[in-house]
Amino acid sequence: MDLQTLWFAAVAVLWTGFLLLEGFDFGVAALLPVLGRRTADRHLMLRTIGPVWDGNEVWLVTAVGAVFAAFPGWYATWLPALYLPFVLVLLGLIVRAVAFEWRHQSHDPRWDATWTRVITGGSLVAAAGIGAALGATTLGLPVDGDGTRVGGAFAGLGWSSLLGAVAVVAYSLVHGALFLALKTDGPLRLRARAFALRSAPVGALPLLAWAGLVHLRSGTVVTGVLWLVAALAVVVTWTRVRLDREGQAFAGWATVLLASAATLFGAAFPVVVPSTVDPAFDLTVAQASVSDYTLGIMTWVAAVGLPVVLAYQAWTYWVFRRRLTAEPQHDDAADPVAA
Amino acid sequence: MDLLALDTLDVARWQFGITTVYHFLMVPLTIGLGILVAVMHTMWVRTSRPEWLRMTRFWGKVYLVNFVLGVATGLVQEFQFGLAWSEYSRFVGDVFGSLLAMEALLAFFLESTFLGLWIFGWGRIPKRLQLAALWAAVIGSIVSAYFIIAANSWMQHPVGVTVGPDGRPQHVDFLAVLTNNTALAAFSHAIVAALMVAGALLVGVGLYQLRKRKLAEAPTSDVDHSVWRRSVRVGGFVSLAAFVLVAVTGDWQGKLMYQQQPLKMSSAEALCETEAPAPFSIFAWAKLGSNECDDVHSWTVPGLLSFLAHSDFETAVPGVNELQEQYADVYGETYPDDPSFGERAGEEIDYTPVLAVTYWSFRLMIGMGAVSAGVAAYALWSTRGGRVPTSRVGVYGSLLAVGAPFVANAAGWVFTEMGRQPFVVYPNPDVPVGEQVYFFTAQAVSPGVTTAEVWTSLVSLGVLYGALAVVELVLLTRLVRRGVTTGDTTPTPPAVGSSSRDDDDRPDGGPRSDDDVLSFAY
Repeated sequence: MDLQTLWFAAVAVLWTGFLLLEGFDFGVAALLPVLGRRTADRHLMLRTIGPVWDGNEVWLVTAVGAVFAAFPGWYATWLPALYLPFVLVLLGLIVRAVAFEWRHQSHDPRWDATWTRVITGGSLVAAAGIGAALGATTLGLPVDGDGTRVGGAFAGLGWSSLLGAVAVVAYSLVHGALFLALKTDGPLRLRARAFALRSAPVGALPLLAWAGLVHLRSGTVVTGVLWLVAALAVVVTWTRVRLDREGQAFAGWATVLLASAATLFGAAFPVVVPSTVDPAFDLTVAQASVSDYTLGIMTWVAAVGLPVVLAYQAWTYWVFRRRLTAEPQHDDAADPVAA
Repeated sequence: MDLLALDTLDVARWQFGITTVYHFLMVPLTIGLGILVAVMHTMWVRTSRPEWLRMTRFWGKVYLVNFVLGVATGLVQEFQFGLAWSEYSRFVGDVFGSLLAMEALLAFFLESTFLGLWIFGWGRIPKRLQLAALWAAVIGSIVSAYFIIAANSWMQHPVGVTVGPDGRPQHVDFLAVLTNNTALAAFSHAIVAALMVAGALLVGVGLYQLRKRKLAEAPTSDVDHSVWRRSVRVGGFVSLAAFVLVAVTGDWQGKLMYQQQPLKMSSAEALCETEAPAPFSIFAWAKLGSNECDDVHSWTVPGLLSFLAHSDFETAVPGVNELQEQYADVYGETYPDDPSFGERAGEEIDYTPVLAVTYWSFRLMIGMGAVSAGVAAYALWSTRGGRVPTSRVGVYGSLLAVGAPFVANAAGWVFTEMGRQPFVVYPNPDVPVGEQVYFFTAQAVSPGVTTAEVWTSLVSLGVLYGALAVVELVLLTRLVRRGVTTGDTTPTPPAVGSSSRDDDDRPDGGPRSDDDVLSFAY
């Protein structure tokens, strides 16, 4: 495998990792008004993602950074073509981030309720915007041979970005519910499980449609098999939720994402921005890439850095592995956000 | 200024300037205060003395309120090179992007993951492990600063590259990029400047609380008194020591600037003609609206600029007029008649940065740094031997002067960035002219993006940033007013469903909880 292919795979892994991790904190945030009927429930929901959302978000920063680092042509074509959607993503992520921390700064219930709504809104906007951007970069953007957008500010938005947006939001909602079922106990756990049971089949449809579409356009036998794995994993997830096996259900739904993302990126390769203007303007990995020297340096840095990152992030999940409940037990008095 | 006359390039530059300066209000406080909170926490783990715990908790809260806004506004940076500066991103892609990606991989993960562990790990992980988590996060911030400054310094002084077959810089020596002398000087300068920011905050808030307690006749023997006294002493010493280092590293930077970006230096001094010995300007005035060096008049100290540039009082420092001609000879009188320059194609190039901005931002930086050092000296003197100052002017002045090092930091960046215009990647004079890589700001902007789009993002980000600044200031002011004990309460968990607790907002609620309520950060 040459370095460009390796880095395309690395970028795919980073985006997938981002969706896998931030997907559940987007989902939990979006479900706050749905599953969090009481203030205590909403606080409990936020506690499940409190220690990890920021680390999850770094996957996005790293994914974007890796696109810039390995494929500046991709970065410089994709982002300006979807200028306003990306700005919306940023606005959503900014308000959501400050809301997570500033929410605690007063015990006034209105203050808390306001910031909780901001978390929900910001997360939904960010999830939809990122989905739209990924939809467009796999299904097509109106760009010319120089990678410059043809048409006005909204020319980059179309059915493909809409599909991507709906797919990421729907996937995140189910993912968030399954995460809550896995991480909490009590009535919330039951409600989350019921929500996942109702919504998993429907929630998977747009993601499967998107991956299937990219596969039909430019896929291989391998991506076809991967798509079938994703579809099968939906069934597995659903039956596991029915049997109240939350851990297996969560793993099943993670497989839906992993297999769908593998289908998407695998089928799209080696094109990183398909042009809707003329297929001759499709931007490929080879055209977008930096020199082999730079890719070589980054390969070394990533080979050392990434396993370390994975190890300590996994360890923090291990530290916070316990199920949480709304009624604090005795040793929960030590919990900083129990209030 | 006629706003409608601004083109995409102008609006994108304003956007970059505003969002970056804003982001850099949080950054030095995150770095500086992070280091100091980690030291406080270390002292508590080592000595078990309660004042160190309370200091860690109080300053830790301030740190976190500020940290998150830094993270949130930092996200914009990762995207905006692509959004608004796509031609720049294409041009520098072989070098610049990899530094950003390494920052994310090696620094951001460390920072975010371990900060989460520090905040939520209270009572769940061993004491020393929790301390180690904080240090890991702080080291992450410092490493992050290093990569960003290495990336910026490469734009100021591109090293480790040759001209590739496509005319763009081709990366050939990664080690040279990492050990760029411009980066080493700027990084050390930025880190000690960050400590000045944190030191000034400790001093200002500490003096305010000490005075308030003294006027309220609070005991001087209790833990809270030690908390504030120690904050003032630590902050004062850190500020003064950092000021010395800021001067040393700044001098190093000045000497590099003299070699690498002579026009920036002579613009900073409004030095029109080459002079030997060259004077340092103390105050200058000019015809309004003119960027002609000859319209500037100034009061000067003879020979001082020669010393700053070259450590002697004799060396000639080239003037703006001569350099302007030299640059025009080498890099062209006018922008190439090429579509990539947009409306500016064929226009005359002004190699002199905006003189008023470079001149005054340079002085503002030095002046505010000096103010900060003066306040630190006052704080140390006025609290010597257990004294508590009650002078309203002294104490409120110190509180106001918390802003001084922030202004100095912002002014320093404005100077650095505005001073290298019209280039976004400055030609490296150590490299023969034909082999240099350089890039004009005028050709860096995204060609397909409309002015309206950039206006939309500038206005929406600007409004949001303004609102967040208000909230951050309100939160910080409230934390500072409440001080250690009352600000540190964590109410016992409310009964389920009850959400009417409001007691933390009582202005003068007495001590509501002891340190055994293990609220850490919230």
